[in-house]
Amino acid sequence: MAQEIKNKPEQNAEVNQEEKKSEMILFLSDSEEKEHFLSKANRKLLTDPLDDDNPITVQVLGICSALAITVQLEPAIVMAIAVMAVMAFSNMIISAMRNMIPNRIRIIVQLVVVASLVALVDQVLRAYAYDVSKQLSVFIGLIITNCIVMGRLEAFALGNGIYKSFLDGIGNAAGYGLILIIVAFFRELLGAGKLFGYEVLGHKGVTLAESTGLYALGYENNGLMLLSPMALIVVGIIIWVQRARNRKLIES
Amino acid sequence: MDYINLFVRSIFIENMIFAYFLGMCSYLAVSKTVKTGVGLGLAVVFVLSITVPINFLLDQYLLRPGALSWLGAEYATIDLSFLSFIMFIAVIAAMVQLVEMVVEKFAPALYGALGIFLPLIAVNCAILGGSLFMQQKDFGGIGEAATYGFGSGIGWFLAILGIAAIREKIAYSNVPAPLKGLGITFIITGLMALGFMSFMGIKL
Amino acid sequence: MEEKTVNKTNSNSYTFIFAIVMVIVVGVVLAFAATSLQPRQYENMRQEKMQNILATVGVETDRAGAEALFNENIKEQIVLDNTGKVKEGVNAFDVDLAKELKRSPEEQNFPLYIAEVEGDTYYIVPLRGAGLWNAIFGYIALKDDVNTVKGVVFDHLGETPGLGAEITQEWFRERFTDEKIFNDNGELIGVSVVKGGSTSKDDNKVDAISGATITGDGVSDMISERLRHYLPYFKSKTDIKVANN
Repeated sequence: MAQEIKNKPEQNAEVNQEEKKSEMILFLSDSEEKEHFLSKANRKLLTDPLDDDNPITVQVLGICSALAITVQLEPAIVMAIAVMAVMAFSNMIISAMRNMIPNRIRIIVQLVVVASLVALVDQVLRAYAYDVSKQLSVFIGLIITNCIVMGRLEAFALGNGIYKSFLDGIGNAAGYGLILIIVAFFRELLGAGKLFGYEVLGHKGVTLAESTGLYALGYENNGLMLLSPMALIVVGIIIWVQRARNRKLIES
Repeated sequence: MDYINLFVRSIFIENMIFAYFLGMCSYLAVSKTVKTGVGLGLAVVFVLSITVPINFLLDQYLLRPGALSWLGAEYATIDLSFLSFIMFIAVIAAMVQLVEMVVEKFAPALYGALGIFLPLIAVNCAILGGSLFMQQKDFGGIGEAATYGFGSGIGWFLAILGIAAIREKIAYSNVPAPLKGLGITFIITGLMALGFMSFMGIKL
Repeated sequence: MEEKTVNKTNSNSYTFIFAIVMVIVVGVVLAFAATSLQPRQYENMRQEKMQNILATVGVETDRAGAEALFNENIKEQIVLDNTGKVKEGVNAFDVDLAKELKRSPEEQNFPLYIAEVEGDTYYIVPLRGAGLWNAIFGYIALKDDVNTVKGVVFDHLGETPGLGAEITQEWFRERFTDEKIFNDNGELIGVSVVKGGSTSKDDNKVDAISGATITGDGVSDMISERLRHYLPYFKSKTDIKVANN
């Protein structure tokens, strides 16, 4: 834990330095234009959040609204896409405005940008994907306060160019979505014996004789997986597995 | 009786952390010691019990379809609910700013300890979640909204107090290295949530 | 931060102007999006309501086709008071049960839809009650003996996915078909959701979803509570010996 808290100022300091550099160059020519679109540094922005710098398991951001909708795969994927859209665009907008934003009302400006984007996504979903918006209900609004969005705005978009910020948004949203999908996969599979609502483990009938697949062998669904506490425990286990493989992430 | 029922429900059954996972970021980040945990917990109780009733009034008399009918019949058809996210978050941000200034003035030690997490209350999902659930639950009056806000705050406070106390003790335990810190905290929170589930179905 | 920017962006007037411009821009964008999308959103909600009502009488349709089928199959939409008299001047489709439930039964409007599908008449009653977390609602269609259930539709605001939320699923809804809402003594008791309920259609009981006891109780309560208010109207329709209760 200490690591995370300490990480923040460090990140900011780094960002400030980068910012200075990039702003100086900005007057001569746009530094980003020179770089190849998918240069190594840019690729890192996309791939780092998937493992080494995962927003959920390493940065500890954005757990809030996420776990409540991981009972089934489908809403988890929709949520991941919605977060990706909001993050990519808010990162770009804030990055474009980074030299204009008054420092004192910085947080409020960020909140307003994110809130209006989320409101837009919500309105569009309700008009064109009504069933999905019903499924997500209040959790779509909670993207606003998803710490991962604000966290990346503060830590990255305020100090980097538009294209880089866009990549950072996509990468972090993907890292976030990845965990969401893994959790939802196990919870739906073990809890309900289904994936995307299809009975992949066979059909459970009233009696053993009527059942097919695994259920015919006496297998039972673990209803506990559907309850909220198991979301936390599954994430805990994911962190365990990840850190056992990637030992530099272990906390002292 | 209704108020007591709602109050107990919002603390134990619909606990922001254990049932909805709201406010997890600051919950995980600030729960290392009981002292900071309690400080942040109190701030959340305070902000929640102010913002939920304020946002209730906003929703009732400004935002929901037909809310403007007190201005006259011709305004009754206006539906401003698309502004609710922005209005709620603006109220919350303003309140958080207020708390921040008060804490900085009267409790500088706590202010230092809370550090960057104080402004982050504004993005604490529990706070916005409180207002959004209030809107969805369609409360009958401001009393109910205030009770719900206060109760949810207390629930969040209890959760962070509990986990902070456990984490202070667990620092001396022999946890497998990859589980240290974040991993074990998640699992303990899950077990605590299982405990809180035993309150489910209680009706006063 | 570069010094020039710091000076510029920290002045009071700049902060104010920035805030004002931002509020105006955001307001305009959102207002534009909301007003241009709102008709579509209302349309979605209307069509979904029609779709749900139709589903209780076995007319399955997608949202786009709901309106035409609704007009074709729903013959009458009436609003009753709790003595069974038809209220004039109230549109059944516009009645919001969430608001009605906050009033005393004497003041409530009770909407009733009468459908005619392939020559059979059905009475469709809107339902609303409390689940575990939040409101649950739906519709129940009765055959013209006002006793046998033709079909039900349920929906919810926030029940646990995979547990309570399963009430929306077809396999659960099917259990209600052909159940009776009156018991043998002619008392209206609705259909109860109980653990281990048999598949028998004569006991006023259906089998519950395991792990969703409270949502199930909510469903039972909502059915019996809502239907009770229609009893005076049903008495005039049914030839079953209805007990005076």
